[in-house]
Amino acid sequence: MADGYVVSNKYSGRYRGNQIWMSLCMAATFIGLGMLALILGALFWKGFAGLNVAVFTQMTPPPGSSGGLLNPIVGSLIMTVIGVIIGTPLGIMAGTYLAEYGQHSRLASVVRFINDILLSAPSIVIGLFIYELVVRPAGHFSGIAGGLALAIIVIPVVLRTTEDMLRLVPVQLREAAFALGMPRSFVIRRVVYSAAKAGMITGVLLAVARISGETAPLLFTALNNQFFSANINQPMASLPVVIFQFAGSPYKEWQDLAWAGALLITLTVLALSTAARALSTSRKK
Amino acid sequence: MADVALQSGKAAKELDRAAALKKFQLPDVAFAALTKGSAIMVLVILGGVILSLVGGSWPALSTFGFGFFTSSSWNPVTDKFGAAAAIYGTIITSLIALLIAVPLGIGIAVFLTERCPASLRRPIGIAVELLAGIPSIIYGIWGLFFFAPFLQQNVQPFLIATLGNVPGIGFLFAGPPYGIGILTAAFVLAVMILPFITSICRDVFETVPPMLKESAYGLGCTTWEVVKNVVIPYTRVGVIGGIMLALGRALGETMAVTFVIGNANRVGGSLLAPGTTISATIANEFTEATGDLYVSSLIALGLILFFITFVVLSCARLLLMRLDQKAGI
Amino acid sequence: MSVAAHPEKVTVRDLKFFYGSNLALKNINLPLYDHKVTAFIGPSGCGKSTLLRVLNRMYDLYPKQRAEGEVLLDGKNILDKNQDLNVLRARIGMVFQKPTPFPMSIYDNIAFGIRLYEDLPKSEMDGRVETALRGAALWEEVKDKLNASGLSLSGGQQQRLCIARSVAVKPDVILFDEPCSALDPISTAKVEELIDELKTRYTIAIVTHNMQQAARVSDYTAFMYLGELIEYDETSRIFTSPKQQQTQDYITGRFG
Repeated sequence: MADGYVVSNKYSGRYRGNQIWMSLCMAATFIGLGMLALILGALFWKGFAGLNVAVFTQMTPPPGSSGGLLNPIVGSLIMTVIGVIIGTPLGIMAGTYLAEYGQHSRLASVVRFINDILLSAPSIVIGLFIYELVVRPAGHFSGIAGGLALAIIVIPVVLRTTEDMLRLVPVQLREAAFALGMPRSFVIRRVVYSAAKAGMITGVLLAVARISGETAPLLFTALNNQFFSANINQPMASLPVVIFQFAGSPYKEWQDLAWAGALLITLTVLALSTAARALSTSRKK
Repeated sequence: MADVALQSGKAAKELDRAAALKKFQLPDVAFAALTKGSAIMVLVILGGVILSLVGGSWPALSTFGFGFFTSSSWNPVTDKFGAAAAIYGTIITSLIALLIAVPLGIGIAVFLTERCPASLRRPIGIAVELLAGIPSIIYGIWGLFFFAPFLQQNVQPFLIATLGNVPGIGFLFAGPPYGIGILTAAFVLAVMILPFITSICRDVFETVPPMLKESAYGLGCTTWEVVKNVVIPYTRVGVIGGIMLALGRALGETMAVTFVIGNANRVGGSLLAPGTTISATIANEFTEATGDLYVSSLIALGLILFFITFVVLSCARLLLMRLDQKAGI
Repeated sequence: MSVAAHPEKVTVRDLKFFYGSNLALKNINLPLYDHKVTAFIGPSGCGKSTLLRVLNRMYDLYPKQRAEGEVLLDGKNILDKNQDLNVLRARIGMVFQKPTPFPMSIYDNIAFGIRLYEDLPKSEMDGRVETALRGAALWEEVKDKLNASGLSLSGGQQQRLCIARSVAVKPDVILFDEPCSALDPISTAKVEELIDELKTRYTIAIVTHNMQQAARVSDYTAFMYLGELIEYDETSRIFTSPKQQQTQDYITGRFG
């Protein structure tokens, strides 16, 4: 530091301050990464311990005995598919409207705003909504109600990514199609969609990843079912709800199954997120 | 003569083209209507949510009136319900979670943008996103089985012994060490919203023009001085918007909190004791609730939660919209 | 390359610069004379900005860039790895291509740099801010709105604010990297007048792609091409009777 130049005493204080603050930032990073390691470590350790073939072949057991997770796995799959089938087209269509037809319309800005609210809204409130809308009039819980609740969570995610991806398609491509005399819906369907295809699929993958782990909206729509059932008009089991029930119980077999189920959900979410990221980076190439 | 023939020939061709395009007209209009209808559907859904919540909570709100917000009794037997404990728990766990996660998140974002070696940036960034993708129920069971016992044995006795004796705030850290409780739930929430804050802060930090930072370095500033005086003020609006979005998430979080909050209906008192939040109350009690007033009270809780998050998220959105407008200039 | 014996404030010796494995500056040797203006001219990509950024070690912020050789400031090599960078940058200031006011008030923009090194009572700080703003010919225009944001000024005013900011920390050398390229002709003229006045107190190096500007403001000029120093001489001689053919070609507009 000494090079003949008269430096005010303030400098060493600033230098030390810099060292301290930058070390704190590095410490924060270690804490963050440490938490990730702890959580994933615990999950893998307990989850793999409870994982065996029976998990995939047997139904959920009564308290105190061992069994599997067949009905919640199937239930989750069914309701996820319902959620995606209902939510994706609505999300894509609405996103198309925002990107292609309504760039300057008042309706579009309002919808965009509302969509962002729905995107981050508490999912338990969505569950209450479907309860009032579907469960109460029907008089019973059902898998379709659960699927509907998941669909409402899917819509904002798909809408947002669809709009973003469609906006990325260069104007020149559209103009070239219009110049051929194509009507607008054709330009969108034949040209813009295929250009934005990878991005839109990414959006769907992200939405599926999001609803795979959602518990709250299923708690009082699909409820739960301790027996195997693929009837969507009846209460349906799902992995998150079963984990909720089993983890909070005092029975060891149930707790082991809860961890196994948690591991399955997390692996699914990680696989979907990785696929989504791989898809979006390959598009960039 | 030839001209006339050419003219009518051309006219015939144009007629053909018009007829051909007409074939597309109906699907075109239908498609446009479909997209507009879907967009309106989004509004309908929100409207439906609000209507059903208001309708479902009306019995409770009309019975208890304004007292519903201030009363902390929650008694299914005598049919007396009040939201105060749940509202208190929701707000205080979220605020404490922010208090922890915001400095950590900003710190990590600063490290990633200013100090981290280039080769590590992407892996750490991906690790942060991984943390964000883990479903909240995983945080919940991890909290219940690992974090809460750890806090109970190692951290809480320490807090009780030290901060519990400080006059003025001692009551906040009074024993016994339950393990689960408001503070534990706040910690778990903090870990949950940390990746969210980190990635938003990192994204806005990267928008600072390098020339601006170089100007500060050129004056002889240290890295921290550049961050404190140039990067953070420049990205101020984005950071605040991100924090508010994280707050909105924390307020509505159910599964991460339910397992470790302890489900005790109380307001105030020690942070180390059990409490409850709105979403935890609804999640735990809804399927067992009998009696219209009970169910209606739970739905009223949902309405309150929706209202709170709506306000917070709207403010965040408006703030971030202002940021976009500024950038667009 | 001997010229009149003035004291050398900065001496560049055998300087090589690398972007990764790409050699961008090849064996540069030249002086910056004390209280004189040295201009660097040459076509795009010739390395003049790169050279300037070596002088205050701005390249140090970026991992793949490195320099070899020596740069002596008052006889001491600033490329030495023990050189404290913050102290160096307090002695060698820089004004950039685009005006970069900090997101603060005009007053704070100037005071910020001063506060890094000195604890002054308000009255003294006020005086220093005024001196700096006068030194940048900006005082009369902003004295009534010192609390307004630095971003509320016009482009030319913002650039003079940046000059005032650099001057406020009392450097020995000020580096200008194409300071007028984003400014209109009137602001450009004001900045050039300023540089002429600043050289009585500081040593100045200016990179410019505008040859007429180099001819107007500088005492010495260095012509660079493809990372090499082609010719260095007194400005009047470079522009009237250059010794190298390449210099002649560039000045007459044959290329670049």
